[in-house]
Amino acid sequence: MQTALPHAPGLPHAPGIGYKPQHYGALMEGATSTDGPVGWLEIHAENYMGAGGRPLAQLRHLSERFPISVHGVGLSIGGDAPLDDNHLARLRHLCDWLSPASFSEHLAWSTHDGAFLNDLLPLPYTDATLTRVCDHIDRVQEALGRPMLLENPSSYLAFAESTWDEPAFLAEIARRTGCGLLLDVNNVFVSAVNLGFAPQAYIDAFALDRVGEIHLGGHDEEADDHGAPLLIDSHGREVADPVWALLDHTLRRAGPRPVLIEWDNDVPAFPILEAEAARASRALAALEPVSA
Amino acid sequence: MSAHHLSDQALFAEGLFSPELPTAETLALRDGRGHPAGRRFSVYRNNVASSLTEALEQTFPTVLKLLGEENFRAIAGIFLRREPPRSPILARYGAGFGNFLDEFEPLAHLPYLGDVARLDRALVTAYHAADATPLRAEDLAAIPPDDLPALRLALAPACQVLVSRWPLFGIWQFNQSDDAPQPPGVAQSVLVTRPEFDPIARLLPPGGAAFLAALDKGQPLGVAADTAAEADPDFDLPALLGQLLSDGALLHAPPEETP
Repeated sequence: MQTALPHAPGLPHAPGIGYKPQHYGALMEGATSTDGPVGWLEIHAENYMGAGGRPLAQLRHLSERFPISVHGVGLSIGGDAPLDDNHLARLRHLCDWLSPASFSEHLAWSTHDGAFLNDLLPLPYTDATLTRVCDHIDRVQEALGRPMLLENPSSYLAFAESTWDEPAFLAEIARRTGCGLLLDVNNVFVSAVNLGFAPQAYIDAFALDRVGEIHLGGHDEEADDHGAPLLIDSHGREVADPVWALLDHTLRRAGPRPVLIEWDNDVPAFPILEAEAARASRALAALEPVSA
Repeated sequence: MSAHHLSDQALFAEGLFSPELPTAETLALRDGRGHPAGRRFSVYRNNVASSLTEALEQTFPTVLKLLGEENFRAIAGIFLRREPPRSPILARYGAGFGNFLDEFEPLAHLPYLGDVARLDRALVTAYHAADATPLRAEDLAAIPPDDLPALRLALAPACQVLVSRWPLFGIWQFNQSDDAPQPPGVAQSVLVTRPEFDPIARLLPPGGAAFLAALDKGQPLGVAADTAAEADPDFDLPALLGQLLSDGALLHAPPEETP
């Protein structure tokens, strides 16, 4: 597999937002759309697999104005069954039509026995999982004719049978397949609280040279059976302060990267999302200039 | 490995839909500090059930309104376990929901609910349907009158005809706005079409469903009009054609393939 730097020449090292149709007008008509902090957009691939209509028409207009990242949520790369050829063909069709700056998917599974479960389900980190995930990523990259980014999950539990830690597991996948990584800093924080590890240590162990994109999103706080905090990756509110601090830590070590604000539930008015993007912009601007 | 051995993902998936199963124990799931995961597994259970219920709420807004949120969620919970999505494209989810409602005994007192579900879903399908350049009134006016009976027309990709034993259009309309009239006591057929990007539902006049079914089968305009007039003597071709053209529902039929 070719190993071109996954973040070059793809997305700009600027904030992006997860695109929601209710913000189409603000993005296309607002004076802020080109001067504001939002430098690119991410779409969920599965929302743009119809034959036509408004979704594809709007996406075509948006893509003339913004670099687009296509983020898949339904490929089930960690599934123990073979990848769905029909879905792979649909992804290929979308990427051929749109020529997005980036394509990414998740270290997770979501389909079993033909049933799509609509959640990112967890995997044990074993040699068997590693082999299967790498085979699937090879197939995706071959089918799409481009390298992909693989995103770290948010975890609510762990498997007793795991023999790898997550950063090493992801680094090994990237090494074997040539894929890049999508580092979701909120997921790191959520998993760290839920599973009891230090989030900075996770970042420090991560293959940051492979990171082509960073995600930020909001989480909710609940409690488990023992009263321990259990964070839920809900994407329904502002990014939490400790996650912003973890972003600063990540950027200081990794250098500038494309940073996405994800807000999928209880979607706010555009100015609120724009304010989050502006905060990401300040985090990027706070970095020492990197010599070329 | 016994013949009855299920893969870990099979067990995990089974546990998502069966709260009574001890999935977290079976799969040795942990909390990260070595303790049993306990109800942490329920995070996934909740995500799956609530996200699929939400997908059904989005596709079936009129059914939701008729049943109320609490009833809808309870019924969606039964349906999603019986018929989980077969595709990661959630806009396609719910093809079987109308039939499920038809046969769901506790809802036998709402016999029209299945038709309402099929109408809700036709509107979603139309939203994502292929674009097409519709035939305009000018296009039809430019055709010599003598050629009209032999003209072959097709329905636009977004079009769907729903034939109902119930006042389907009236029921649907009554649940769209507060000042809509009470549904009448007659059977109604409905056309879903998409003039540009926003799907609409139209009440089909007498003979309308038969006319559109004939066109869809490839019958020329003259034959389709005769079929419709046989189905209902009140069939009014000019009025229906005018409506269909202004709603962007008709296309030139693709050229016939020569064998």
